Amino acid sequence: MHASPTDAALADVVRAEGTRVLATLVRLTGDVQLAEDAVADATLRALQTWPRDGVPEQPRAWLTLTARRRAIDLIRRESRRAEKEAEAMALLEPLGEPPPDDVIADDLLRLVFTCCHPALAVEAQVALALRTLCGLTTPEVARALLVPEATMTKRLTRARQKILRAGIPYRVPGPAELPARLAGVTTVVYLVFNEGYGATGGDVAVRGDLADQAVRLGRLLHELMPDEAAVTGLLALMLLQDSRRDARFDAAGDLVLLADQDRSRWRRDQVHEGVVLTGEGLRRTAGRPDPYVVQAAIAACHALAPTWERTPWDAVLSWYDVLLTVHDTPVARLGRAVALAERDGPRAGLDVVTGISGLDAYPPWHAAQAELWSRLGDVEAARRCWTAALALEPNAAVRRHLRRRLGPLNPPGG
Amino acid sequence: MPQYLALIYTVDGDWSDPQYAEMTADYEAFAAGAAAVLRGGNALMPATTATTIRVKGKGGDVVATDGPFTETKEVLGGYFVLECADLDEAMSWAAQIPGAWNGAVEVRPILPRG
Repeated sequence: MHASPTDAALADVVRAEGTRVLATLVRLTGDVQLAEDAVADATLRALQTWPRDGVPEQPRAWLTLTARRRAIDLIRRESRRAEKEAEAMALLEPLGEPPPDDVIADDLLRLVFTCCHPALAVEAQVALALRTLCGLTTPEVARALLVPEATMTKRLTRARQKILRAGIPYRVPGPAELPARLAGVTTVVYLVFNEGYGATGGDVAVRGDLADQAVRLGRLLHELMPDEAAVTGLLALMLLQDSRRDARFDAAGDLVLLADQDRSRWRRDQVHEGVVLTGEGLRRTAGRPDPYVVQAAIAACHALAPTWERTPWDAVLSWYDVLLTVHDTPVARLGRAVALAERDGPRAGLDVVTGISGLDAYPPWHAAQAELWSRLGDVEAARRCWTAALALEPNAAVRRHLRRRLGPLNPPGG
Repeated sequence: MPQYLALIYTVDGDWSDPQYAEMTADYEAFAAGAAAVLRGGNALMPATTATTIRVKGKGGDVVATDGPFTETKEVLGGYFVLECADLDEAMSWAAQIPGAWNGAVEVRPILPRG
């Protein structure tokens, strides 16, 4: 037995191991709900007994054994039918060693693809990723996604039942399906990240935790699929964006734009890791650009620039041009136009920004126009655009930022 | 092995009409290719021939309504029963049903008999 670690460290160990134990249990039982119940019970026991008795030599083996015993109890309690009994007996043998690491990695990967299956609604995939892959409790998932707990419980239950009853397989897709299915997985993880990073509402600290969970998921995927460039690029992109977390809001909780951020507050270790991963992703995708890798390259240009003024705009623009060849979206076009404005001046940028269609409901589009009008000295046009951005009701921090920009432009008493 | 019902929803039509000959050939090609998993299936007569029956409580009055259960642009025009290992397999077969490319195919697991 080891000495007792702190409660927080213990909870981290239990949570990290719990996900792996869960993956094994899902394989053994073929039932996500049953596996989650069994693992929840095992982790609860661990948190109760380890601080008292010390952490066992092999925490994973302990958790796996406890969870398997619990699963057998649950199956027996549920039904007295002989078939169920046989199922329970199959779980019982062999009860010795936990599966080796490569088997656990396979189990986890299968669980990832099950949770992010296209037959499940995207909201259900996101909820399952947080509950099942990150090991958050249902109330934690509900709080993080700003959904009432009862709604979240129902959503998760329905998703698990669909997996079981519709026969969603617990399997890594074959080579033909893999690219499309992998794109589904990265989308879910990036959605989780943006829920946290974009802070579309709710408490900032809770949302930060969500970004942490997404980065954890990104690391897990990268560990399981080191050769998939999209996964490498996704992790790089999240690390680089998240490196700015401490500088994105000032002491009053107000939004600070990239141009005005205190770059000494960027997390250098994350920048370094993100840049290294970006390079790795670029080497793997020479000739066939991947949207995540290219977005990470853009983020790396910003992350490595000592000041906003010394951002390598030519490089940023080149990367945007590459991005548009594989990921031509209005938001990507806006990013390119903003970079163009920095290099060639507000007039050139504004011409491109106003020509982008499909962003009427996107506050940054209006804000970018306002900023450029303001630089061109057209106060009335700038005021109109800030007002349009505000009318779209962005979250509180963005709203305060917009009001601050709008303030000096309002006529006295207005 | 689980069975799945593939319900085919498309614009309404009389599939016996010669104008649907090409589509009928597409369906025959699908059925030939899917023979190993196909456990049944039929095209239905137009939704205008449908009668919807409701009984007011068990043993109560029978109320018949002219027309399908729901009035929608896309209607149930046929179905297949597929026996597949899992939903992935059923989904990949469903994607090859001609109705999937000019309408939609709903895949539902069939409740095993007891």
